[in-house]
Amino acid sequence: MLNIQYFASIREALNKSEEEFKLPRDVKSVQELIDSLVSANPHYEAAFIGSDAGKRGKVLVAVNQTIVDRNHPLSENDEVAFFPPMTGG
Amino acid sequence: MINIQTQDFSLGDEYAAIRARAGDAGAIVTFTGLVREIYGDNSTAGAVQSLTLEHYPGMTENCLKDIQQKAEDRWPLLATTIIHRVGELYSHDQIVLVATASPHREAAFESAEFIMDYLKSQAPFWKKQKSENESSWIESRDIDKAALDRWQKS
Repeated sequence: MLNIQYFASIREALNKSEEEFKLPRDVKSVQELIDSLVSANPHYEAAFIGSDAGKRGKVLVAVNQTIVDRNHPLSENDEVAFFPPMTGG
Repeated sequence: MINIQTQDFSLGDEYAAIRARAGDAGAIVTFTGLVREIYGDNSTAGAVQSLTLEHYPGMTENCLKDIQQKAEDRWPLLATTIIHRVGELYSHDQIVLVATASPHREAAFESAEFIMDYLKSQAPFWKKQKSENESSWIESRDIDKAALDRWQKS
Protein backbone atom coordinates (compact mmCIF):
# COMPACT_ATOMS: atom_id res chain seq x y z
CA MET A 1 0.00 0.00 0.00
CA LEU A 2 1.09 3.53 -0.77
CA ASN A 3 0.85 5.98 2.07
CA ILE A 4 -0.30 9.32 0.62
CA GLN A 5 -0.04 12.48 2.68
CA TYR A 6 -1.52 15.90 1.96
CA PHE A 7 -0.44 19.22 3.40
CA ALA A 8 -1.65 22.82 3.68
CA SER A 9 -4.12 23.93 0.96
CA ILE A 10 -4.12 20.48 -0.67
CA ARG A 11 -5.02 18.85 2.67
CA GLU A 12 -7.86 21.34 3.14
CA ALA A 13 -9.19 20.89 -0.41
CA LEU A 14 -9.37 17.11 0.14
CA ASN A 15 -10.39 17.35 3.78
CA LYS A 16 -7.93 14.61 4.69
CA SER A 17 -4.29 14.54 5.74
CA GLU A 18 -3.40 11.02 4.65
CA GLU A 19 -4.70 7.79 3.21
CA GLU A 20 -3.55 4.32 2.24
CA PHE A 21 -3.84 3.59 -1.46
CA LYS A 22 -3.48 0.27 -3.25
CA LEU A 23 -1.18 0.93 -6.17
CA PRO A 24 -2.94 -0.26 -9.37
CA ARG A 25 -0.72 -2.41 -11.56
CA ASP A 26 -0.73 0.09 -14.43
CA VAL A 27 0.28 3.05 -12.23
CA LYS A 28 4.03 3.33 -12.39
CA SER A 29 4.78 7.04 -11.97
CA VAL A 30 3.70 10.03 -9.94
CA GLN A 31 1.85 11.47 -12.96
CA GLU A 32 -0.04 8.20 -13.42
CA LEU A 33 -0.97 8.24 -9.74
CA ILE A 34 -2.34 11.79 -10.10
CA ASP A 35 -4.29 10.78 -13.23
CA SER A 36 -5.67 7.74 -11.44
CA LEU A 37 -6.79 9.74 -8.37
CA VAL A 38 -8.29 12.56 -10.47
CA SER A 39 -10.27 10.21 -12.70
CA ALA A 40 -11.61 8.31 -9.67
CA ASN A 41 -12.84 11.29 -7.70
CA PRO A 42 -13.60 14.94 -8.66
CA HIS A 43 -12.31 16.16 -5.29
CA TYR A 44 -8.79 15.31 -6.44
CA GLU A 45 -9.23 17.30 -9.61
CA ALA A 46 -10.28 20.27 -7.48
CA ALA A 47 -7.23 19.84 -5.23
CA PHE A 48 -4.58 19.07 -7.85
CA ILE A 49 -5.79 21.16 -10.78
CA GLY A 50 -8.44 23.61 -9.61
CA SER A 51 -6.73 24.85 -6.42
CA ASP A 52 -4.65 28.05 -6.35
CA ALA A 53 -1.44 26.00 -6.44
CA GLY A 54 -2.88 23.69 -9.11
CA LYS A 55 -3.83 26.57 -11.41
CA ARG A 56 -0.28 27.81 -11.31
CA GLY A 57 1.05 24.30 -11.99
CA LYS A 58 2.69 24.36 -8.60
CA VAL A 59 1.47 21.30 -6.74
CA LEU A 60 4.70 19.71 -5.49
CA VAL A 61 5.26 16.00 -4.92
CA ALA A 62 7.62 14.21 -2.56
CA VAL A 63 8.30 10.48 -2.65
CA ASN A 64 9.82 9.07 0.52
CA GLN A 65 10.28 12.65 1.73
CA THR A 66 12.31 13.86 -1.25
CA ILE A 67 10.83 16.27 -3.81
CA VAL A 68 10.63 14.60 -7.22
CA ASP A 69 9.26 15.36 -10.66
CA ARG A 70 6.14 13.78 -12.09
CA ASN A 71 8.02 11.11 -14.02
CA HIS A 72 9.38 9.65 -10.81
CA PRO A 73 8.62 5.91 -10.55
CA LEU A 74 6.47 4.56 -7.74
CA SER A 75 6.64 1.27 -5.91
CA GLU A 76 4.54 -0.42 -3.25
CA ASN A 77 5.09 1.00 0.26
CA ASP A 78 6.32 4.37 -0.97
CA GLU A 79 5.34 7.42 1.04
CA VAL A 80 3.97 10.02 -1.36
CA ALA A 81 3.12 13.59 -0.35
CA PHE A 82 1.36 16.41 -2.21
CA PHE A 83 1.65 20.05 -1.16
CA PRO A 84 1.84 23.64 -2.45
CA PRO A 85 5.14 25.57 -2.65
CA MET A 86 6.71 25.98 0.77
CA THR A 87 6.48 29.23 2.70
CA GLY A 88 8.65 28.78 5.78
CA GLY A 89 10.97 31.15 7.59
CA MET B 1 21.56 21.86 16.33
CA ILE B 2 18.14 21.60 14.67
CA ASN B 3 14.82 21.93 16.48
CA ILE B 4 11.22 22.06 15.30
CA GLN B 5 9.13 23.20 18.23
CA THR B 6 5.89 24.88 19.25
CA GLN B 7 7.37 26.75 22.19
CA ASP B 8 9.20 30.07 22.00
CA PHE B 9 13.00 30.33 22.24
CA SER B 10 15.36 32.68 24.02
CA LEU B 11 17.88 34.35 21.74
CA GLY B 12 20.15 34.88 24.75
CA ASP B 13 20.11 31.21 25.71
CA GLU B 14 20.66 30.07 22.12
CA TYR B 15 23.52 32.53 21.65
CA ALA B 16 25.19 31.26 24.84
CA ALA B 17 24.70 27.66 23.69
CA ILE B 18 26.20 28.12 20.22
CA ARG B 19 29.03 30.20 21.68
CA ALA B 20 29.84 27.33 24.06
CA ARG B 21 29.75 24.77 21.21
CA ALA B 22 31.70 26.86 18.71
CA GLY B 23 35.15 26.65 20.29
CA ASP B 24 37.49 29.23 18.79
CA ALA B 25 34.90 31.21 16.84
CA GLY B 26 35.74 34.72 15.74
CA ALA B 27 32.19 35.51 14.64
CA ILE B 28 28.65 34.44 15.50
CA VAL B 29 25.74 35.71 13.42
CA THR B 30 22.16 35.26 14.63
CA PHE B 31 19.04 35.88 12.55
CA THR B 32 15.55 35.92 14.06
CA GLY B 33 12.38 35.93 11.93
CA LEU B 34 9.21 37.44 13.41
CA VAL B 35 5.48 37.37 12.61
CA ARG B 36 4.49 40.57 10.81
CA GLU B 37 1.08 42.24 10.94
CA ILE B 38 0.64 42.38 7.16
CA TYR B 39 1.70 39.74 4.62
CA GLY B 40 2.00 40.37 0.90
CA ASP B 41 -0.02 43.16 -0.69
CA ASN B 42 -3.35 41.85 0.48
CA SER B 43 -4.08 44.90 2.61
CA THR B 44 -7.86 44.45 2.27
CA ALA B 45 -7.71 41.40 4.49
CA GLY B 46 -6.95 43.57 7.50
CA ALA B 47 -4.22 43.09 10.06
CA VAL B 48 -3.03 39.54 10.65
CA GLN B 49 -4.42 38.15 13.87
CA SER B 50 -2.50 34.90 13.83
CA LEU B 51 -0.28 32.77 11.68
CA THR B 52 -0.45 28.97 11.72
CA LEU B 53 2.70 27.10 10.71
CA GLU B 54 2.19 23.59 9.36
CA HIS B 55 5.04 21.23 8.47
CA TYR B 56 5.81 17.72 7.24
CA PRO B 57 7.26 15.90 10.24
CA GLY B 58 10.26 13.82 9.26
CA MET B 59 10.86 15.50 5.91
CA THR B 60 11.30 18.85 7.65
CA GLU B 61 14.10 17.55 9.86
CA ASN B 62 15.79 15.84 6.89
CA CYS B 63 15.58 19.00 4.78
CA LEU B 64 17.04 21.16 7.53
CA LYS B 65 19.89 18.67 8.06
CA ASP B 66 20.57 18.78 4.33
CA ILE B 67 20.57 22.60 4.29
CA GLN B 68 22.89 22.65 7.31
CA GLN B 69 25.23 20.19 5.57
CA LYS B 70 25.26 22.30 2.39
CA ALA B 71 26.28 25.34 4.46
CA GLU B 72 29.00 23.37 6.27
CA ASP B 73 30.37 22.14 2.94
CA ARG B 74 30.56 25.69 1.64
CA TRP B 75 31.88 27.70 4.60
CA PRO B 76 34.22 26.88 7.51
CA LEU B 77 31.52 26.68 10.19
CA LEU B 78 32.24 25.72 13.78
CA ALA B 79 28.59 25.38 14.81
CA THR B 80 25.09 26.12 13.51
CA THR B 81 21.67 26.36 15.14
CA ILE B 82 18.33 26.22 13.32
CA ILE B 83 15.12 26.53 15.34
CA HIS B 84 11.76 26.75 13.57
CA ARG B 85 8.48 27.08 15.40
CA VAL B 86 5.22 25.46 14.26
CA GLY B 87 1.60 25.81 15.38
CA GLU B 88 -0.30 29.03 15.98
CA LEU B 89 1.74 32.22 16.36
CA TYR B 90 0.75 35.86 16.82
CA SER B 91 2.01 39.24 15.60
CA HIS B 92 5.56 39.96 16.73
CA ASP B 93 6.15 36.35 17.88
CA GLN B 94 9.48 34.77 16.99
CA ILE B 95 9.18 32.17 14.19
CA VAL B 96 12.70 31.13 13.28
CA LEU B 97 16.25 31.38 14.55
CA VAL B 98 19.38 30.73 12.52
CA ALA B 99 22.80 31.11 14.14
CA THR B 100 26.17 30.39 12.57
CA ALA B 101 29.63 30.44 14.13
CA SER B 102 32.83 30.70 12.12
CA PRO B 103 36.42 31.88 12.52
CA HIS B 104 35.58 34.94 10.38
CA ARG B 105 32.56 37.20 9.96
CA GLU B 106 32.12 36.86 6.20
CA ALA B 107 31.46 33.12 6.44
CA ALA B 108 29.13 33.60 9.41
CA PHE B 109 27.08 36.32 7.64
CA GLU B 110 26.89 34.54 4.29
CA SER B 111 26.06 31.10 5.69
CA ALA B 112 23.26 32.48 7.89
CA GLU B 113 21.73 34.15 4.83
CA PHE B 114 22.21 30.98 2.75
CA ILE B 115 20.46 28.83 5.36
CA MET B 116 17.53 31.26 5.58
CA ASP B 117 17.18 31.48 1.79
CA TYR B 118 17.12 27.68 1.49
CA LEU B 119 14.82 27.22 4.44
CA LYS B 120 12.19 29.64 3.09
CA SER B 121 11.54 27.75 -0.12
CA GLN B 122 13.06 24.28 0.33
CA ALA B 123 11.90 23.09 3.76
CA PRO B 124 8.30 21.84 4.02
CA PHE B 125 6.68 24.59 6.08
CA TRP B 126 3.46 26.38 5.15
CA LYS B 127 1.98 29.53 6.65
CA LYS B 128 -1.71 30.25 6.94
CA GLN B 129 -2.77 33.71 8.03
CA LYS B 130 -5.92 34.57 9.88
CA SER B 131 -7.02 38.18 9.52
CA GLU B 132 -10.07 40.13 10.61
CA ASN B 133 -11.81 39.40 7.31
CA GLU B 134 -10.39 36.15 6.01
CA SER B 135 -8.17 33.14 6.46
CA SER B 136 -5.77 32.18 3.68
CA TRP B 137 -2.57 30.31 2.86
CA ILE B 138 0.37 32.58 2.19
CA GLU B 139 1.66 32.15 -1.36
CA SER B 140 5.29 31.59 -2.19
CA ARG B 141 7.03 34.65 -3.59
CA ASP B 142 9.23 34.82 -6.67
CA ILE B 143 11.63 36.99 -4.72
CA ASP B 144 12.34 34.04 -2.38
CA LYS B 145 13.12 31.82 -5.36
CA ALA B 146 15.40 34.55 -6.74
CA ALA B 147 17.18 34.74 -3.38
CA LEU B 148 17.87 31.02 -3.66
CA ASP B 149 19.02 31.17 -7.28
CA ARG B 150 21.86 33.57 -6.55
CA TRP B 151 23.57 30.93 -4.36
CA GLN B 152 23.48 28.46 -7.24
CA LYS B 153 25.20 30.83 -9.66
CA SER B 154 28.33 31.55 -7.64
